[in-house]
Amino acid sequence: MENKNTTGKAAGKKTLVEIQNLKQYFAVAGSLFQKRYVKAVDDVSFHIEEGETLGLVGESGCGKTTTGRSMLRLYEPTSGKILYEGKDITKVDMLPYRRKMQIVFQDPYASLNPRMTVGDIVGEPIDIHKLADSKNDRLDKIITMLERVGLNSEHANRYPHEFSGGQRQRVGIARALAVNPEFIVCDEPVSALDVSIQAQIVNMFEQLQEEMGLTYLFIAHDLSVVKHISRRIGVMYLGKLVEIADSYELAFHHVHPYTKSLISAIPIPDPVVSREKKRIVLEGDVPSPLNPPSGCRFRTRCAYATDICAENEPELRQVGNGHFVACHHI
Amino acid sequence: MSKILLDIQDLRLSFFTPAGEVKALNDVSIRMNEGDVLGIVGESGSGKSVTAYSIMGLTAHPGRIIGGTIDFNGHRIDRMTEKEMRKIRGNEVSIIFQDPMTSLNPVYTIGDQIREVLFLHTNLDKKQAQHRATELLKLVGLNDPEKRLKQYPHELSGGMRQRVMIAIALACEPKLLIADEPTTALDVTIQAQIMELMIELKKKLNMSIIMITHDLGIVASMCRKIVVMYAGKVVEKGTVEEIFYNPKHEYTKGLLKSIPKLNATEREKLVPIPGTPVDMLNPPPGCPFAPRCEKCMKICIRSMPEFTQISDTHASACWLLQKEAAQALKGGNSIGK
Ligand SMILES: Nc1ncnc2c1ncn2[C@@H]1O[C@H](COP(=O)(O)OP(=O)(O)OP(=O)(O)O)[C@@H](O)[C@H]1O
Ligand SMILES: Nc1ncnc2c1ncn2[C@@H]1O[C@H](COP(=O)(O)OP(=O)(O)OP(=O)(O)O)[C@@H](O)[C@H]1O
Ligand code: SF4
Ligand SMILES: [Mg+2]
Ligand SMILES: [Mg+2]
Repeated sequence: MENKNTTGKAAGKKTLVEIQNLKQYFAVAGSLFQKRYVKAVDDVSFHIEEGETLGLVGESGCGKTTTGRSMLRLYEPTSGKILYEGKDITKVDMLPYRRKMQIVFQDPYASLNPRMTVGDIVGEPIDIHKLADSKNDRLDKIITMLERVGLNSEHANRYPHEFSGGQRQRVGIARALAVNPEFIVCDEPVSALDVSIQAQIVNMFEQLQEEMGLTYLFIAHDLSVVKHISRRIGVMYLGKLVEIADSYELAFHHVHPYTKSLISAIPIPDPVVSREKKRIVLEGDVPSPLNPPSGCRFRTRCAYATDICAENEPELRQVGNGHFVACHHI
Repeated sequence: MSKILLDIQDLRLSFFTPAGEVKALNDVSIRMNEGDVLGIVGESGSGKSVTAYSIMGLTAHPGRIIGGTIDFNGHRIDRMTEKEMRKIRGNEVSIIFQDPMTSLNPVYTIGDQIREVLFLHTNLDKKQAQHRATELLKLVGLNDPEKRLKQYPHELSGGMRQRVMIAIALACEPKLLIADEPTTALDVTIQAQIMELMIELKKKLNMSIIMITHDLGIVASMCRKIVVMYAGKVVEKGTVEEIFYNPKHEYTKGLLKSIPKLNATEREKLVPIPGTPVDMLNPPPGCPFAPRCEKCMKICIRSMPEFTQISDTHASACWLLQKEAAQALKGGNSIGK
């Protein structure tokens, strides 16, 4: 298989995780003879350098969560490859990698077991990976983690319902950190939080990255938050990566018609800027992933679409330093 | 001068729960003129939805209004019976909720649900109602309205359902449309469509809008006036420019500093507001923001500050402002730290 090195690796930087032509299809009920598939992730490739944050944005259902979960092999990929430190881990036993690769979920209310104390929630992965030599060592580790995320030893004996949303998200992060991971998929980790609490958690992610050399895939639908925390950003539409670039390049010099409309639709929290901003209001809704449009998947809502957009699928092409776009008309 | 459409004065509303009294609204005063687009922003649990429901006369058990008045379009909402309220609700004031799926009835077609509202509030016959329903769906930009009328909610996308909700809310051309987080469940490109639609309809139908949201971007681009709530209290109100460019309450200031801006050309450090939200069962006796406020003084913990008027349109309830005002008057420091 052709190895499309699509996301422009910089020389001298070490790639930690990479996906190549990753496809993740889900079978859904269809007729007896014809299985139908949701092509949740369809031929997506990118890499993430050690210590960097790659942001992933796009509308609901475009495949962000599926991409993140497939990278951790929480699903078995339909095809394509996942590489970790250059090693193909698509088919290997994941146990040793589970420790290195962790996930933080969106919903701090649903993702913590209500019957476990916070201490045990954080301690569970330590037990699974047998990382503690003794009971005392285990407790030490738990308290260290709680302190890392701005909680303290007193919190260890309490239950999730006694905490606010922001505090619960801290518990979820402490749990992910407990096994000393290298790579964390952060799946909408601040979306359910109040604006005033979001900044606390975003800053904490940044600080932990600095202290522990962590690498993040940061998934969110709020592009302002993603731009703030990420070095590079990828934009997905209906299972495809349509544009990827340095965060500032993407925020100010995006070229894909979808990215343009996405960014123009974001209301800016500044009355004057916001009023002067030109919106490209997209017509119509996102098509069903069961039956995506032929050619470019965005063509049904794209103002620039021509015949070729319906016939051929555009490939990711480089348009600038580390800036890649999939569109026929760029 | 524009006419006052809504005047809420010193509204107090509590939920009497087994765990204790939740003072959801504490002396809330909000006034809006005809034609205004008013944004209500604030932390989760600060009382935005409860305020909206009280205007609709929808305060449900164990909630009770225990003080204050709600004057809307010549009606004393706080004193009305459910029967009287039914004539106004959906007719003079309508609400659209965050989640269109829970507020549309899954077993009735879109057409049934629009016609029901029309039959309740107008004298239209069947044929006229059908015509009006088609017109309404066209108004909210749904293509193929005849077909849509025969469809069930689950056959529509989230954005389409929200348009239907707006169509139902607008069926009787209300004077006031309350939108409680109407786009939170939607993608930004769909959100942009809905916001555009609301502003366009406001102009066309000459109505007023209350926009409840936690998204400061939405208020900045849609609203002319803003009310900032924290823990059941209004802490600041003003025009959109006053709130964004000259915030006076420490919570408002903190809120604005804690959001990343998409148009920032340099990496900014986010300045979070420390601490956790208020426990509404045990609210602080003074300023509700005191436990998280970095400039908190002794008096802030003890008692709630009055509003200081900064301009005709701008007011904020913070002891720092009272102190400044007192200093300006007496040339001395009257409220010690
Ligand atoms: N386990 C599954 N079985 C079947 N379909 C699935 C499954 N998981 C996801 N999908 C479908 O795959 C597509 C991508 O879903 P995914 O959750 O990855 O989107 P997302 O970008 O994370 O969206 P959101 O912003 O709403 O979280 C959707 O159409 C979804 O319905
Ligand atoms: N039925 C109820 N019983 C008890 N308390 C209630 C009830 N409904 C609301 N409350 C309380 O009233 C307060 C205000 O709630 P409200 O729903 O108005 O908040 P909000 O500002 O709309 O928050 P959000 O941004 O999360 O929607 C909260 O503390 C809430 O817990
Ligand atoms: S390939 Fe065609 S349809 Fe797709 S984004 Fe580009 S112009 Fe639009
Ligand atoms: Mg997701
Ligand atoms: Mg609410």
